[in-house]
Amino acid sequence: MAIGIKVMKRPGGQASYLRATLKGMALTFSHLWRPKVTMQYPEEKSSKDWTLSPRWRGTHRMLTDEQGRAKCVACGLCPQICPANCIKLVPGEDEHGNRYPLIYEIDEFRCVFCGYCQEVCPEEAIHVGVHYENAEYSRDRFVYDLERLCAQTHPVSTLWDPSDPKGE
Amino acid sequence: MTFFLVSSVIKIIVVFTVIMVGVALLTLAERRICAWMQDRLGPNRVGPQGLLQPAADGLKNLLKEETLPAQADKVLFLLAPAMSFVPALLTFAVIPFATPLPTPWGDVEMVVANLPVGFLYILAFGSLGVYGIVLAGWASNNKYSLLGGLRASAQMISYEIAMGMSTVAVLLLAGNVTLSEVVARQAQSIWFVFPLSLAYFLFIVAAFAETNRLPFDLPEAEGELIAGYHTEYSAMKFSMFYIAEYSNMVTASALMTTLFFGGWDIPFTHWDNTPPWSPLKTLLTLGMFSLKVIGFLFVYIWVRWTLPRFRYDQLMALGWKVMLPLALAYVTVIATAIWILHEQLGWTYGTRFALALFGLNVLLAIPLFFVLDRGRIVAGSVAEERA
Repeated sequence: MAIGIKVMKRPGGQASYLRATLKGMALTFSHLWRPKVTMQYPEEKSSKDWTLSPRWRGTHRMLTDEQGRAKCVACGLCPQICPANCIKLVPGEDEHGNRYPLIYEIDEFRCVFCGYCQEVCPEEAIHVGVHYENAEYSRDRFVYDLERLCAQTHPVSTLWDPSDPKGE
Repeated sequence: MTFFLVSSVIKIIVVFTVIMVGVALLTLAERRICAWMQDRLGPNRVGPQGLLQPAADGLKNLLKEETLPAQADKVLFLLAPAMSFVPALLTFAVIPFATPLPTPWGDVEMVVANLPVGFLYILAFGSLGVYGIVLAGWASNNKYSLLGGLRASAQMISYEIAMGMSTVAVLLLAGNVTLSEVVARQAQSIWFVFPLSLAYFLFIVAAFAETNRLPFDLPEAEGELIAGYHTEYSAMKFSMFYIAEYSNMVTASALMTTLFFGGWDIPFTHWDNTPPWSPLKTLLTLGMFSLKVIGFLFVYIWVRWTLPRFRYDQLMALGWKVMLPLALAYVTVIATAIWILHEQLGWTYGTRFALALFGLNVLLAIPLFFVLDRGRIVAGSVAEERA
């Protein structure tokens, strides 16, 4: 043989096309009646076999305190660590000396969903969410402002720590 | 004469409509059954259980842009879909699908054209179908399409011989080429599938090849030839090839039903095939016929989603080295058997006759399926290395 083609040694004695064909047809016929795996998306969003992983990192959510104010203290760590530079933060200070964000915007198109913002946040304010339905009618709707981030209700990610794989 | 004309026109319109609707539903059935076999659901969005999906597809195909390749032969390119579409529909004309329907003006035979040469007509028009495919492949002026067309012509010519040979046995037993006579002969006693089981086996394999269905869909061969002869076709012209393929399937199934499974005959009873005719009988036999045809169509779909495609040389080897000699040998054996039973022993076709032939078929099937089929690996395309 010209080039190194591997020729399989086949068990010629037992081979029977008819038997193989009938076997195959019996198999496909039995599959006709098996439960189907298709999830009919808009009606069925999760099943007992399939849910989003709690580690999933989706669009952000800002947690709020009891008064409904954002927990954010405008420390500036998240825009600092953000590798995509998608967080815009302008800090402000009230008369008691408490810092709060005057402007807090996340451009979800720039975001790479690394989850560093959640990891770095000292107040556990900003979180990446366990959420995937983000469709909008225009591009500018993807810059989430503070009000919108606070209004999100979806569950938030439990980030996975490689040094603590079981989350203890 | 007027009665003949009017009844014929009505029959043509009804049969045409039923086949077109049937073909449309068949495309849906194919997609859904394929999906079920792959543990999916298939198209179920348009209408209840997806029943309106064919209508949506048809509408889409009507509204899509017609493309015409710059280098294509315009006339033949436009002619080709019609050339494959028309013979596919014409073949059905001679197939009897129910008992005659009594009307105040006389009995209407439930066959569009009760040709005395019915079977020869089917063979003739069946082979015309290849022209559409070859012309489509050639007129597209595209390498892959041309290859598809060439494969189609070689394949259909090769398997036509085996198909014709396998049906010779039926004609020997029926003593007639008129399909309504073939059905009547089977209705009187036993369906030909029993005395001629091996002929049926050969016929079904050849019919798969003739209709270009998997495992013999080499003219299309998505992976190798990017849909082969209809690569360059779009919109309704593309659809026409599809309709032709599916109508060919319907015709082939109807032919299997007629030649081997007693046509419209309801098994185990004789009241349905003896006059006086009544509308109820027509309806019931029509239902029986449809049931059998649908059964075969299911087998078509079932086989398609089970078996992988043959390679081209394997296809030719099977056609010329296996099917043709087998069919020839079988005709010889069965003709001798019929001659002995009929001329020497003086039996006429009936249960005894059929059972004797069935016994012979079983005897022949044992060497065929347990010796010939064993230990034969389809060879690779390169020569075996000498050890």
